[in-house]
This record gives sequence, C-alpha cells and structure tokens, in this order.
Amino acid sequence: MSKALLYDATMCIGCKACEGACAEQNKLPYGDKVAAESVQSEHKFTVVLTKDDKFMRRLCMHCEHPACASVCPVGAMHKTKEGPVIYDVWKCIGCRYCMTACAFAQPKYEWHSLNPRVRKCIMCPDRVVAGKQTACAEICPTGATKFGERDDLIQEAQNRIRQNPPNYLPRIYGLHEVGGTSVFILSSVNVEAYGYPASAKLGDTPIPEYTGRVMEKVPDFIPVWTLALGGIYWVSHRREEVAAAEAELKKNGSKR
Amino acid sequence: MKFKPTFWRVIFVVIMALGLYSTFIRFFYGLGAVSNMTDQFPWGLWIGFDLLCGVMLAAGGFCIVAAVYLFNVETLHSVVRPAVLTAFLGYVLFIVGLLFDLGRPWYIWHQLVYMNPHSVMFEVGICVMSYTTVLFFEFLPNVFERFNMKTPIKWIKKIYPVLIILGVLLSTLHQSSLGSLYLIMPSKLHPFWYTPALPFLFFGSAVAVGLAMTIFESTQSAKAFGRHLELPVLVQLGGALLVALWVNALLRFQDYLHRGMLGQIVKPSYEAYFLWLELALAFVIPITMLSFKKVRLSPNGLYLASIFSLLGFITNRLNVSLTGFETYAGHHYLPKWTEFSVTLMIMALGFALFGLAVKYLPIFPAERHAVMQPARTEARAAGATAVLGNAGD
Repeated sequence: MSKALLYDATMCIGCKACEGACAEQNKLPYGDKVAAESVQSEHKFTVVLTKDDKFMRRLCMHCEHPACASVCPVGAMHKTKEGPVIYDVWKCIGCRYCMTACAFAQPKYEWHSLNPRVRKCIMCPDRVVAGKQTACAEICPTGATKFGERDDLIQEAQNRIRQNPPNYLPRIYGLHEVGGTSVFILSSVNVEAYGYPASAKLGDTPIPEYTGRVMEKVPDFIPVWTLALGGIYWVSHRREEVAAAEAELKKNGSKR
Repeated sequence: MKFKPTFWRVIFVVIMALGLYSTFIRFFYGLGAVSNMTDQFPWGLWIGFDLLCGVMLAAGGFCIVAAVYLFNVETLHSVVRPAVLTAFLGYVLFIVGLLFDLGRPWYIWHQLVYMNPHSVMFEVGICVMSYTTVLFFEFLPNVFERFNMKTPIKWIKKIYPVLIILGVLLSTLHQSSLGSLYLIMPSKLHPFWYTPALPFLFFGSAVAVGLAMTIFESTQSAKAFGRHLELPVLVQLGGALLVALWVNALLRFQDYLHRGMLGQIVKPSYEAYFLWLELALAFVIPITMLSFKKVRLSPNGLYLASIFSLLGFITNRLNVSLTGFETYAGHHYLPKWTEFSVTLMIMALGFALFGLAVKYLPIFPAERHAVMQPARTEARAAGATAVLGNAGD
C-alpha cells in the first residue's frame, strides 16, 4: 500500500519545526536565516508560508503519475511503490526537464555547483521503507502534517471536512489534481493564495498522458513511415530507370 | 599565409575571445554564474535558441535530400551538398551547445545506458545522435572526392538509399518531437503557444525553414565566395517556400480556430505583441512578398523573403520556449551577456567551419554554364546572377 502525507493548514501553528527536521534529515544547512526564507530552494525542500495569520506548507506533491519521472531521459526520477518520488543523482545528466515539466515547480537546482544536483523533497524514502514516518510528520507538534496510508488519509480528510464544515473549504487539494498526488492539503482558504497552481488550470488528467498520447504512436509510426519513404524512393527511381530504358530503346530503334 | 585583419575576421576573433571567457565561467563557476537561468526559468537561451532554433535551421539537410533523392527533383541537385554540410555542422555544433547547457555534460552517455522510453527528451536525444551519424556519412563523399578515394565512395553509394530514408525518418521524428517536449507543460506554457498540435507545427516550420535556409545560404555563399548563383534553383525553392508558408499559416489558423483563441490573439497583451511580431515576420511579410511574381523571380527579393521567414520562425520558437513562460514564472527572463556570447561563439564557429569546408572540399559544383533545363526565368536569371556573382567580397 502506498503512503501519503496529509497537511491540515487549520492545525498548523507555523512553528517551522518541519522545516528544521527536513533540513536535518537531508543534511541541509538550517538556521534563523534559512528559516526566514519564504521560498523553496536547493537548500530548502519545504517551506511554511504565512499570510494574514494563516499558514500553508509547500513541498513536493509526490504525484501518482509524476511528470518529472516521465520526462527524465535517463530515468533518474521514479515513483516508488511506497509512494515517494525519488531521485537517483548518479544517473542525472542535468537537462532540467523535470524542472520545466513539474506543474508544482518543485525540483530546484544547484545553480552554483560544478556538479549540480536536482533537489526536492523525496518523502524520506529510507524512513518510509523502514516503516517510520517522514521527519516532518514525526516532529509536527500539532499533527498538522500527518503521515499514513494514502487511502486512510483520504478518508480522514473527508471526515474532518464533514465533521467541521465551517472550518474547511470543501475540497482536498491533491485528491484529483493531475490524476492524484500523495500529499493532500486541507485548509480554510484557497491554497492558490500561497502559490499553489489552481486546480482548474491543472486539471485531473495525469500530466504524462499529454505526451503519452503522442509517444505511444511512435512505435507504429516508424515502420509505416519507413515503408512509405522506401516506397516513394522505389517509385521515383523506378520511373527514372524506365525512362532511361525507353530512351535507350528509342536510340537503338532509330539506329536500325 | 599572412593574416589579413578584415572586418569579419576581427569580429570573429572578438566573438571567440568573449566566448572562451564565458566558457571558462561556465565550467569553473557553474551555470548560475554564466546564465540568468533560475528555478523559475530552468531553460533559457541555450535551449530556446541553440537547441530549438539550431535544429530547425539545420532542417535544410533533410528537406533538400528528400526533395532530390526521394522525389527526384533533379533541379535542386546543386544545393544538396551545401544543405547537407549546413545540417551536419548544425547538428555537431548543437551537440557542442548541449554540453554547455547540461548540468553534468560528462554523463551525456547515460542517454544510451539508462533509457526512459516515455521521455520525449530521450527520443530527441537518440534521434539527434543517430541523425548526426547519418549526416556524417552523407557528408563523407566530399572528403573522399577531395582525396580521390574511389572505393569508399562506391561503398557510400551502395548504402545511400538507406542513409536517405533513415535521415528523413529520423528528422521527421525529432523535428516534431522538439514540439512534443512542450506538451508536458499545459499549465505553464501560455495558451497562445501551448497546443496539442505542437509536434505538427514544429515539423511544418522545420520544412519551411529548411527551404528558407537553403535560399539564404545559397545567396550568402554566392556573395561570400563569389560563386555563380543558380537563379532557377532559387526560384524553385522560393515557390516551395511560399507553399510551405501557406500550409504553416493555415495550420496555425486552424489551431487557433479549433481552440477558440481567435478572439484572444487579436486583443493587445504582452504575449500578443510577441505573437504579432512572430506572425508578421513568419507569414504576413514573406507571403505578401512572395505573392508578387517579380519578387519570386528576383534573387534579392527571395533573399529578403527568406530572411523574414527565418526571423519569424526563430521568434516563434523563442516565444514557445521563453516568452510563453514569463507570465507563469512571474518575471521576465533576459539572457546574461555570457549566454549570448556562448551562442554567438558557436554560431561563429559554424560560419568559419562552413567557409573552411567550402574552401577545401568540393561542396559547390564546378561552375556549369550550360544550364540543364530551359526555364522561362532563364533570361532574367542570367542578368541577376551576373550581378550577384560579382558582388562577392
């Protein structure tokens, strides 16, 4: 069964403990200066944003059908059966297609490194495989970030909305967007206000399908087009041969 | 041989010097130091121009080869070699450009080992690698002829049909796939340029640009190397270009019509200005020009029309790759001067290698004064070529 994270913005107190735990888990620098940064970057995989006394967390959504994994020419990104979308740095050639393809703009780049890596939240795959929670969920003092089975978390999110309707907008961000993700967001305000892409713009179609529709035709296109080109070549050169033969015939005929 | 510092040579040296400085910055200080690319703009000028435009501008190779060897348009025979040379140099330099843009270029061979067949980038990579090899073999006869090696020419002739068909097949695949690269970004790329028809539009523009580029480079070579200019060839290419431009324009119109965008593209907006610029340069101006028979029969008219359409399609690809992402990214992207200088250095290398190849290899056919086919345009052509032939500097 695949795991997921549920982030309930109404329970978040903005303590940024998740940021610190994430940094420690991923061996990233963390201090007051980094804590004050309100953007994700190659050294900050998750960020807690503040707006009008309300908080919102951003992190990789770990899509069910990740665009980053589908576009990577060397398959350096992939979705594990446990849920996390992970990155094999030793395969990466640095084309940055994952960055342009990601609808949530999650992969970040080590622009100033001479051997740059793509950096993003990888959902603590070692911990998840070992049966533990992610670092951010473990440290969260209020349970705003909760780790668990994907199906259970969907149930729970639905229950929370049902039991306390005035507290929530009636939607689970990530349930249907781009065919579903492994990070769900509950909140009382629109997540779009914090930079999340609008659901209407994302759609429910898994993003890899947009290219899949074209790529799946390639294996059929190659033999058909090769035959067609071969046919054209044969016809046009056969015509030449016939013309040459006829000219020859005429020449010989007139001689006789 | 003494080095004469002519205007273009000085320019060349300056471009190379700046380019080498930028190369140093790129490989000793990283992508962040050399470019204005950011996490919001992970693909910049080197993808937008060097990759997308570079491959498009090298499309003449497969267009002319297909016309001459597949469709038996014998009259275009004299432009096959320069077109193949341009394509070969274009692809080699494109790979050089890629080594600048890739974050870890020393792992480029991973393409062949860790293959991901779902990736458009993978398909483009494999096609470009294979097609560059095909172009190498299509180019080799020039070298063999130069050194009078008869046997290898015979071998190449034997596999020529395979090379031709493979070349056109690979070109069809990757020219269209460059458009497919952007299909994955429906929520990011501006709707003026995001369309499911992208692969078709990219293939269509590659054919038009292939023709325009052949006109451009034939005229340019005639001017630069004091070559005889075969006007009937240009006239034929010009006619084909007009048709190709119409087909492209109709494709674009159809696409906007089907997506209900016609109302939006006429409304002024930041993106609309760039779209209008692109449409004017690629379609309105050259189609209007080429609709006049007088222009279609004049070398200067054809030259100008081809330049306009080239600029138009370059604008189109820069719009797809750069302009179209500015609203999403929330800020403008203007390449750093070091990015421009690397691009310029690669282009300058291309021009220089082309010049060297023309000088030392039998790229252009020996001057043939007896013209093969009596065409209506002949009389005008003779006068015009005399003018152009002498214009070389």
